[in-house]
Amino acid sequence: MRITVTVDGTTYTDEVEPRKLLVHYLRETIGKTGTVVGCDTSNCGSCTVHLNGQSVKSCSVLAVQVDGAEVTTIEGLARDGELHPVQQAFHDNHALQCGFCTPGMIMQSIDLLADHPDPDEDTVRHGLEGNLCRCTGYQNIVRAVQDAAQKLKPGSQQPVGGQ
Amino acid sequence: MIPAAFDYTAPSTVDEAVRALADAGDDAKVIAGGQSLIPVLRMRLAAPTTLVDIGRIPELRGIRDDGDALVIGSTTTHYEVQRDPAVRDHALLLKVATDTVADPQVRHRGTFGGAIAHADPAGDLLAPVLALEAELVLHGLEGERTVAASDFFVDYFTTALRQDEILVAVRVPKHTGWGAHYEKFNRVAQAWSIVAVAAAVRTEGGVIAEARVGLTNMSSVPVRARAVEEALVGQPATVEAIKAAAAHAADGTSATEDSNADTAYREHLARVLTSRAVTAAAGV
Ligand SMILES: Cc1cc2nc3c(=O)[nH]c(=O)nc-3n(C[C@H](O)[C@H](O)[C@H](O)COP(=O)(O)OP(=O)(O)OC[C@H]3O[C@@H](n4cnc5c(N)ncnc54)[C@H](O)[C@@H]3O)c2cc1C
Ligand code: FES
Ligand code: FES
Repeated sequence: MRITVTVDGTTYTDEVEPRKLLVHYLRETIGKTGTVVGCDTSNCGSCTVHLNGQSVKSCSVLAVQVDGAEVTTIEGLARDGELHPVQQAFHDNHALQCGFCTPGMIMQSIDLLADHPDPDEDTVRHGLEGNLCRCTGYQNIVRAVQDAAQKLKPGSQQPVGGQ
Repeated sequence: MIPAAFDYTAPSTVDEAVRALADAGDDAKVIAGGQSLIPVLRMRLAAPTTLVDIGRIPELRGIRDDGDALVIGSTTTHYEVQRDPAVRDHALLLKVATDTVADPQVRHRGTFGGAIAHADPAGDLLAPVLALEAELVLHGLEGERTVAASDFFVDYFTTALRQDEILVAVRVPKHTGWGAHYEKFNRVAQAWSIVAVAAAVRTEGGVIAEARVGLTNMSSVPVRARAVEEALVGQPATVEAIKAAAAHAADGTSATEDSNADTAYREHLARVLTSRAVTAAAGV
């Protein structure tokens, strides 16, 4: 089936099998390997991307379902060589060790901050419920999200949300 | 894993979808949000020959006020239900139960109708739909019919839906001004309910005037705790009175045993969680 989808600002048209998962389309068809696969059960969240502005697990969406849609991946966040404020906050707060969960954590954190611009710890932990990290113990991830929230407060230049 | 190959069609009307289902035969399946189906396909626990995607049918999505009821289109997402002001005002129980479903990413994709049609006994929206005495609107080749929630759930993952039928909407009688709470017991993040209790209560001057209590995962289908409801009516909204009524919560249930809990433990949970759910719903 032929699909047309805009990923990180570029429009692609491709022939895909209906059974192709969005994450495999992103990684294998158009080479966006920043989005990773960490499980077979839709639990880990490492494959999280934004679909028409909302976070989704790209291993649990079919490529054919995104025909006509807009997708933002971790690779579409930086602007002119500058990290997105949430990426920068993860870096500043040591919110990663092996880094495997990080693309998904960052995409979900951006979604969370769009709904809750000034989240308390509990809100951050619940908002990241669908993302598993085997390394950090989550402490620094929570700190990074709260730090990013402060930096993203009105007055700062960069809006929350990929595009 | 990668799913087995299938054909895919995304019709734009309910009539086309019903026709596509009938044409594709017994091995066709509806896909809505895909949040239950895609994991199953990835594990190759199912291999339908055709998927009929109902996600591009505008008439199936959204929430409508219909006088004494809300009509929730089947492909309305969990996220939309959570944030809808009419749901909060007239069917609070659905909102608080939906808040506990899965995680934010799954709630962005997963649909209200999909969760109900899937009929997982641990699913969190079945007991609320049963407790609020909702009606399910089904559309098939022979037209539309309406089934009460109490007749819709037949067995594990089995409903009154026929092969050519689609759940198009859920009619939820308004429960304006009722307190509500969903008490879910699980052990880890984004986990399914081991047992959960859905409670909606209307109080008048400190007395319980009406109560609805539904149980999740206490049988192969959601169960209405009628003995509790009857025992609550006319009682003062106090912790003691509610606890006494909740002692009946496991009456008439047939909870299974699995690696999470045996039957006796599930029955114990039903009583404790009912007490908590009703107490919170009554605002005590
Ligand atoms: C990690 C994870 C955690 C989860 N945790 C929970 C949880 O805690 N509680 C909970 O309740 N749920 C949970 N879910 C399931 C979630 O609620 C799903 O969204 C829901 O069960 C299915 O909705 P869907 O739209 O995604 O349906 P789909 O996956 O598209 O379909 C599910 C089934 O229903 C059928 N179907 C769907 N819509 C219709 C329709 N309108 N008419 C006829 N048949 C239809 C399909 O053919 C399929 O058999 C979880 C899912 C995941 C991936
Ligand atoms: S790969 Fe684990 S949730 Fe998508
Ligand atoms: S940093 Fe290793 S999984 Fe999170």
